[in-house]
Amino acid sequence: MSSTIKTYGIWIVAALLLLLFPYVFSAGASLTTMCLMGIMIIFALSYNMLLGQTGMLSFGHAVYYGLAAFVTAHTMNWAAKAGYPIPLPLIPVAGAATGLFFGIVFGWVSTKRGGTAFAMISLGLAELVYSSSLILRSFFGGEEGISADRTKLFRVFGYNFGPQIQVYYLIAFWTLLCVILMYAITRTPLGRMCNAVRENQERVEFVGYNPQFVRFIAFSLAGLFAGVAGSLAAINIELAQASFVGAGQSGVVLLAAYIGGVAFFVGPVLGAIVVTLLSIKLSDFSEIWLLYFGILFITVILFAPYGLSGLLMMHAQFWRGPLGSKIARFGRLLGAYVIAAIPALIMLAGAILLIEMIHHVAQKGAEGANMHFLRRSYLTVNTRSVLPWVGGLIALFAGFFAFRFTWPTVANAWHKALLDAQRSGK
Amino acid sequence: MAELIIISTLNGVLYGMLLFLMASGLTLIFSMMGVLNFAHASFYMLGAFLGFQISQWAGFFPAIILAPLIAGGLGALVERYGLRTVHKNGHVAELLFTFGLAFIIEEVIQMIWGKLAMDYRVPSLLDFSAFTIYATNYPAYKAFMLLFSILIFIGLIFLLTRTRAGLIIQASLTHPNMVGMLGHNVPRVFMLVFGLGTSLAAIAGAIAGAAFVTQSNMAALLGPILFVVVVVGGLGSLWGAFVASLLIGLLQTFAISSSWSLSKLFGTSFAPASGTILYDIWTVTIAQIGPILPYLLLVLVLVFRPTGLFGTRDT
Repeated sequence: MSSTIKTYGIWIVAALLLLLFPYVFSAGASLTTMCLMGIMIIFALSYNMLLGQTGMLSFGHAVYYGLAAFVTAHTMNWAAKAGYPIPLPLIPVAGAATGLFFGIVFGWVSTKRGGTAFAMISLGLAELVYSSSLILRSFFGGEEGISADRTKLFRVFGYNFGPQIQVYYLIAFWTLLCVILMYAITRTPLGRMCNAVRENQERVEFVGYNPQFVRFIAFSLAGLFAGVAGSLAAINIELAQASFVGAGQSGVVLLAAYIGGVAFFVGPVLGAIVVTLLSIKLSDFSEIWLLYFGILFITVILFAPYGLSGLLMMHAQFWRGPLGSKIARFGRLLGAYVIAAIPALIMLAGAILLIEMIHHVAQKGAEGANMHFLRRSYLTVNTRSVLPWVGGLIALFAGFFAFRFTWPTVANAWHKALLDAQRSGK
Repeated sequence: MAELIIISTLNGVLYGMLLFLMASGLTLIFSMMGVLNFAHASFYMLGAFLGFQISQWAGFFPAIILAPLIAGGLGALVERYGLRTVHKNGHVAELLFTFGLAFIIEEVIQMIWGKLAMDYRVPSLLDFSAFTIYATNYPAYKAFMLLFSILIFIGLIFLLTRTRAGLIIQASLTHPNMVGMLGHNVPRVFMLVFGLGTSLAAIAGAIAGAAFVTQSNMAALLGPILFVVVVVGGLGSLWGAFVASLLIGLLQTFAISSSWSLSKLFGTSFAPASGTILYDIWTVTIAQIGPILPYLLLVLVLVFRPTGLFGTRDT
């Protein structure tokens, strides 16, 4: 009984949370954000079937996402025009089929080899498809793309999917379904073989499996789920554009999966949420938010190769012993983190101030000396006076050295917590 | 027709030589560290922007000397403090690091110079037509670019095959441990090669930026082509990179100047209905599919000859 609850309980909780989220975050903008997150979660998890599970680094995953989005838009137009009784919630099936189809076709070409060759072929195919989008105008719709109207389709129970809330539930349903399916795949023998191919391809061959075939299956399935994501994206904004198959989209999903952490199943989910939130919120604070985004990515690669989920999972080992001691242990660790975070934040503030001022002087020097730091008018900085430059530099360097100085405190606290956890046993 | 062929060949060879300036650095870096430097085209772009900025202050000729030096120095720093740190996390992490670096360089360039094209011009000293073929004037600057890149090419070959430094570099490519045992600082050799490779790309950027467009999307446009060159030529093969550069340069230049399409070839008698995919394919000209050709070549080569044209090692 308890094992049943353990297996299914988490999904039931997830379903309940997805049902309740619109009531918790009720602002109109947050509904849109959650829709984008759901799409990104499917997309990033499908990407992780390649990078995290099977060890294939793809630079062209948006091909399956984008092509599915186009087919979805065409299907919606076709169904609405011909009046076929196809309800909107079933439309992502067309996207899944498209993703699977192109996954099989391109997968057959590209999964013959792993490693760098695979990465290069995926890049070549992505450029091929993107360049074709400018030629095959009747399918890709040229510059303006293909638009569709989701309210014109066959209605079930009177839902026309005009309001965003109805689209939210549609996306939430498909997200949950896809996440469960993708998790289930990791538990099958196929999922295990994927991991084996990632770890040691030669040995897989010796055991009698064909790594090329395992890669091919994983690739086709990843295409299928990317297709669902692309389909939902087309439904969500009622438009499919050439940029959907572009290098930018492939890059974003790579960033999301890697920042979240490819080593754990939840990593890409976390990454998708963080990346979507950042891409929406950061632009409120800065024009050059993409730069900060790139710096975050590089920082993760340099200092946290297992991503955000890896950082969180490192703390799982402290979750031992009686509840009181757990809380005390985490409290002490948190104290050390706060001590180190203060100089780190000062360093960050100094760096951001300097970057923003350079940007202002280089790009908007003609508009005057005053800059609204973080786009806040109460943080007006005069870029022609010396003070903010010196202040930024001091904050940067003093913060850096203070951070270096506080780091042993964190290391010490970490060590103590580890000893403490080991002593308290299971 | 002969005029078109001569001019296209000249332009194709020029484009190919510029590609080779970049591909040679990329190939050297790959042979040494096993890393495909995703940010290589970004250093090309950096070279163009630095060249533009320095030419504003000090004139064109100091710019094409200083810009590669600065970009190469930055490249060496990237290797020393970036790549070397992620090396322990494996090749995927290294590749992703250079991918992130390309992203950051583009953003930094947009942050400083914006998204619009720069007014990077050919110096007035070289702004005349060198010679006339039939009715086409060939600009002196293009001739200068061609000569300059051939000069660098010869210099590179000389450095690698005739000097002591080249000997150490070549030895470090194949036997880094032995070179280390003999008392050479192999990590420093790696750093210098990375700096050399990125400065070669920056030279290409500094001289090409003035003739073409200096804009913050130039790396994203050129980067994938560069990969096609090194993979088609064979990863790690300098001669392969040379042949593939010229091949792709000529291929693209000739494709652009050709207006053939299926409909032109077979006439309009049995054209498919307008507005369908078949019609799009029917009417597309070779010039339009020019940008696709290198990628088609890449996929075909990787499927049928994974070592590339001249490569010895399997990708």
